[in-house]
Amino acid sequence: MHDQSIADLAAGLRAKRFSSRELTAHFLDRIGRLDPALNSYITVDHDTALAVADAADRHIAAGAGGPLTGIPIAHKDIFLTKGVRTSCGSRMLDNFIPPFDATVVERLGAAGVVMLGKANMDEFAMGSSNETSWYGPVRNPWDTGRVPGGSSGGSAAAVAAGLCAAATGTDTGGSIRQPAAFCGITGIKPTYGRCSRYGMIAFASSLDQAGVLARSAADAALVLQAMAGFDARDSTSAEAPVPDYAATLGEDIKGLRIGLPQEYFGEGLDAGVEASVRAALAELERQGATLVDMHLPNAPLSVPVYYVVAPAECSSNLARFDGVRYGHRCEAPKDLEDLYKRSRAEGFGAEVKRRIMIGTYALSAGYYDAYYLKAQQLRQLIADDFRRAFEQVDVIMGPTTPTTAFALGAKTDDPVAMYLNDIYTIATNLAGLPGLSVPVAPVDGLPAGLQMIGNYFAEGRLLNIAHRLQQATDWHRAVPAAAPRRPPSETGARD
Amino acid sequence: MALDSQDVAKIAHLARLQVAEADLHAYAAELSNILKLVEQMSAVDTAGVEPMAHPLHMAQRLRPDAVTEADQRTAFQAVAPATEDGLYLVPKVIE
Repeated sequence: MHDQSIADLAAGLRAKRFSSRELTAHFLDRIGRLDPALNSYITVDHDTALAVADAADRHIAAGAGGPLTGIPIAHKDIFLTKGVRTSCGSRMLDNFIPPFDATVVERLGAAGVVMLGKANMDEFAMGSSNETSWYGPVRNPWDTGRVPGGSSGGSAAAVAAGLCAAATGTDTGGSIRQPAAFCGITGIKPTYGRCSRYGMIAFASSLDQAGVLARSAADAALVLQAMAGFDARDSTSAEAPVPDYAATLGEDIKGLRIGLPQEYFGEGLDAGVEASVRAALAELERQGATLVDMHLPNAPLSVPVYYVVAPAECSSNLARFDGVRYGHRCEAPKDLEDLYKRSRAEGFGAEVKRRIMIGTYALSAGYYDAYYLKAQQLRQLIADDFRRAFEQVDVIMGPTTPTTAFALGAKTDDPVAMYLNDIYTIATNLAGLPGLSVPVAPVDGLPAGLQMIGNYFAEGRLLNIAHRLQQATDWHRAVPAAAPRRPPSETGARD
Repeated sequence: MALDSQDVAKIAHLARLQVAEADLHAYAAELSNILKLVEQMSAVDTAGVEPMAHPLHMAQRLRPDAVTEADQRTAFQAVAPATEDGLYLVPKVIE
């Protein structure tokens, strides 16, 4: 059952071929057997999941419910879940039980999904490999010696290994697209403001956006449909109507103009990844699209700009963790300053501290103009590049990452090398545009991703193009070693 | 710009992070490396460019200044490290 599409699972539930309880128990069983090797979940909530599944079954029996009723998913542990520990991958929040739900969680709950648990992630979403989690690294289901990417690495590994039907994620600089590419699945980061940030623990508020990791564009469309839309509780929520994403999935792409930024095909791009990306582009060309070489001249500066803007915003956002109102508090503080300093030093890991300090420095008196203001100006130039590009092309494409998944530990001693892994994904966040990654042909047995960048609120178009690609190819159907379709113990199981 | 141990100590204090004396040097090296990456920004002339604070040029929404939320003090304080009579407890601030 775990390898079926969400539409097929929903049809199975409606036809009573299996119940949501059976489906949920199947995923819980797989988590129990396969996740010890992957560590993709921080918290699994068996009892609540089964109770919600039972409610979904009653709903379906009464002829009610929608396309997601009874479908088991995972939430990245950055989304507040009422009554269920929400750690954000940090010791700081190891004891934090939220008193309310994030809007994304609330909306998916109202759509009838069953939450299996909370997915592992880089601490406070700061990382590109899922190695900064307080709960230990996540392993890539394709090769457990490699990273799954980050920061939504638990979400990506769980989807790829068939430990949930789909998962939520967040993307501040590539945190949905990069792990989707490394794990061979589909991931979409919508336009900034498309999904509510209410109850989504803030990292860099002008960049953070919620999205979906799924096994296909069609699955992602169904989940995004239920998440997206205006929310008065998020001051930056976009007041734009949400189109019917499923309705336009099958539209043909004849005449589509695809821009290929030369900056994304240059030095540093692995030859195997490039070949796979170009093979996917050739398939889109075969379906009637035109490939156009173009330039994003300021895109190479997106990494330096990001490492001012994101740390500056993180240093402000994470000031709320003070050991007073919630979260970790040190033992026997001798005064208030000691309480703040030790609670924060004990609660945060090394990467989070580095970024808080960089941000604090960039915002401090005498340095603001040289760092933060300069970065905001360059951010404008990067956004202008995209604005001009979308006067010429409909969508921009390139590799999601320069290489396939790297080995655990390979970049942990060199933060800058780690940061450069997001070189193709960050500009999209700085401009606030939607981006999507789809699997292309594996490179030496490891997944790689094609990134599609659309104009503002063009999520439907990106899902449509990705779906057309997936209708014509089977790269997204490949199954990783750590998630055999029919392991011996499952022989005879109703799969 | 390269940072030294003294700079790191100052930044850590501003950020209210306790950093052990022995770790200052390592942080100075790491943060200096990140700043070296960041300094690539100076290659581009940005004179006269309007800084971009936000991806969507939206105006801040306003609402009437009225109470819209129910009191959830008990629920919110249930996750606090220390409270008493509805107040958060911290070490003595005023002697």
